[in-house]
Amino acid sequence: MIKSCTAIRIALLLAAGVLVSACERPPITTEQHGFRGTAMVKVANPRIVAGQAGIHAVPAALPAAPQEGQKASEVYQNVKVLGDVSVAEFTRIMVAMTQWVAPEQGCGYCHNLQNLADDSLYTKVVARRMIQMTQTINSDYKTHVADTGVTCYTCHRGMPVPANVWFAPEPQKHATRMVGNKGGQNTPAESVAYASLPYDPFTPYLSKANTIAVNAKTALPNVRVGSIQATEDTYALMMHMSDGLGVNCTYCHNTRAFSSWETSTPQRVTAWHGIRMSRDLNNTYMDPLAQTFPVHRLGALGDVAKVNCATCHQGAYKPLYGASMLKDYMALSAAGALAAMPAAAEAPAEPAAEMPAEAEKP
Amino acid sequence: MSMLSFERKYRVRGGTLIGGDLFDFWVGPFYVGFFGVTTMFFALVGTLLIVWGASQGPTWNLWQINIAPPDLSYGLGMAPLMEGGLWQLTTVCAVGSFVSWALREVEICRKLGIGYHVPVAFGFAILAYVTLVVFRPILMGAWGHGFPYGIMSHLDWVSNTGYQYLHFHYNPAHMLAVSFFFATTLALSLHGALILSSTNPAKGEVVKTPDHENTFFRDAIGYSIGTLGVHRLGLFLALSAVFWSAVCIIISGPFWTRGWPEWWSWWLNLPVWR
Repeated sequence: MIKSCTAIRIALLLAAGVLVSACERPPITTEQHGFRGTAMVKVANPRIVAGQAGIHAVPAALPAAPQEGQKASEVYQNVKVLGDVSVAEFTRIMVAMTQWVAPEQGCGYCHNLQNLADDSLYTKVVARRMIQMTQTINSDYKTHVADTGVTCYTCHRGMPVPANVWFAPEPQKHATRMVGNKGGQNTPAESVAYASLPYDPFTPYLSKANTIAVNAKTALPNVRVGSIQATEDTYALMMHMSDGLGVNCTYCHNTRAFSSWETSTPQRVTAWHGIRMSRDLNNTYMDPLAQTFPVHRLGALGDVAKVNCATCHQGAYKPLYGASMLKDYMALSAAGALAAMPAAAEAPAEPAAEMPAEAEKP
Repeated sequence: MSMLSFERKYRVRGGTLIGGDLFDFWVGPFYVGFFGVTTMFFALVGTLLIVWGASQGPTWNLWQINIAPPDLSYGLGMAPLMEGGLWQLTTVCAVGSFVSWALREVEICRKLGIGYHVPVAFGFAILAYVTLVVFRPILMGAWGHGFPYGIMSHLDWVSNTGYQYLHFHYNPAHMLAVSFFFATTLALSLHGALILSSTNPAKGEVVKTPDHENTFFRDAIGYSIGTLGVHRLGLFLALSAVFWSAVCIIISGPFWTRGWPEWWSWWLNLPVWR
């Protein structure tokens, strides 16, 4: 009897140890995003946030280069996307790109050092396409990136391949058997914040354009809106968005009615455009590069690495907490934008942390 | 009001915790006592505060009346009356009346010379409430984390608070609490059905004894916990449900800030199969 009591005590102590070590501790930080008492609150652990400061630190901009003088395309050969900018600015951007994308590998990561104009390295072809993609984001997707914009660094952060990309998963082994199809579930995956939700929420929404809205619009739904599987997929995408931005569901939604725009926060509109943007980038810029990339850069199904919310956000509600690197590299905005810019133009500072309008309580 | 024949001998003086003989009397069947007076005071003031708050609000619709806590920016300080101060005063009244009621139960127990099981059990309910509107807000640094007083508004709070942690069903203490809530209703229904069945025999037969009750469960599941034991079990299940409910909300925020599914990564990372 005494022995079994001791065993139980040891087991309880071990269990308590696991519980305590698996948890965090106060104090925590919170940020209100809705009317008081709605619990629309962002909750964060300041010690975890401090630990991530390095990822979100903004590298210093290179000293500004003169915008006058000969254009890059007049001096260099085979300049297809940044030909409008001055030679000095062109060189500055090349140096910056090296720091942002291949700081260890250097210029030779993309360029044949014997002939810088040579397109023989796949990385150079991809890089050119990525500059065009960056320009498209900064000019056509201001609904998502505003004037903050993006640069190569937003995704790359000093790595040739961004840390957060996705590939289509291999088909499930026993999916065709009667009881073997898990529907992508019951496999705790980081992509869905370890929930038992379909682990590939990206193919349906960030590659294909499946319908995300699955909520019924009436209290007693008499029209079938979303299937169970579609609902699981939607929730899986939402888990990714929350996790990728380091926020929770209430950052965009008042969960009493997910679909209601009236009771949602302004951030939901930005996120809505972000989903369209990611899908467009994957289909217009990433997928067509499948033949350009070498096999070892491709996924199991031969697809290219694609973007999702975490690719830029990397766990922050705004990439780099809203710091604009673009303002120092305006050539990465729309093609030819720099030439059109007044000399010392600066992107206006983004409005401070948006507080949703206090919802009218009935 | 008339008194039952046996009631008189239990109406004894003494046993009060405070106030001596001052409020040691009955009104009809109700024992008053010092804590009966404080219960009445806090309950009345609290209710009137809510009614007054409703009168200042946009609706008299019972479902939509909302007495909301302050903005988080007020932290653990006092807020203006119409911006959450009313919620704070109402909370003081609620805690005051709940605790008074429990202490009144203690006094009655002392008069009767019985155990304190009833006030202890009620104490768990108070613990759950105080956890929600006092302990957790203090740990999170703002009264604004308490739930609003309103039928629909408090449900919205529950929903949003759950979604703050992405998927609340992965909260281990929530799992235990839900399981205990289901178990306590199952146990109560089994027990209630058993008592009714043995006290409602077939026509012409006598009411059955606990022997029959025990035999039924020994036949059915091989074990009967017994007439006293089933009440110990019931109390354990019910209090466990409330206790783990309090745990599941106190750990959400102060002791875990991320999605609850992610908490289980300790299990995924056990060296056995990592």
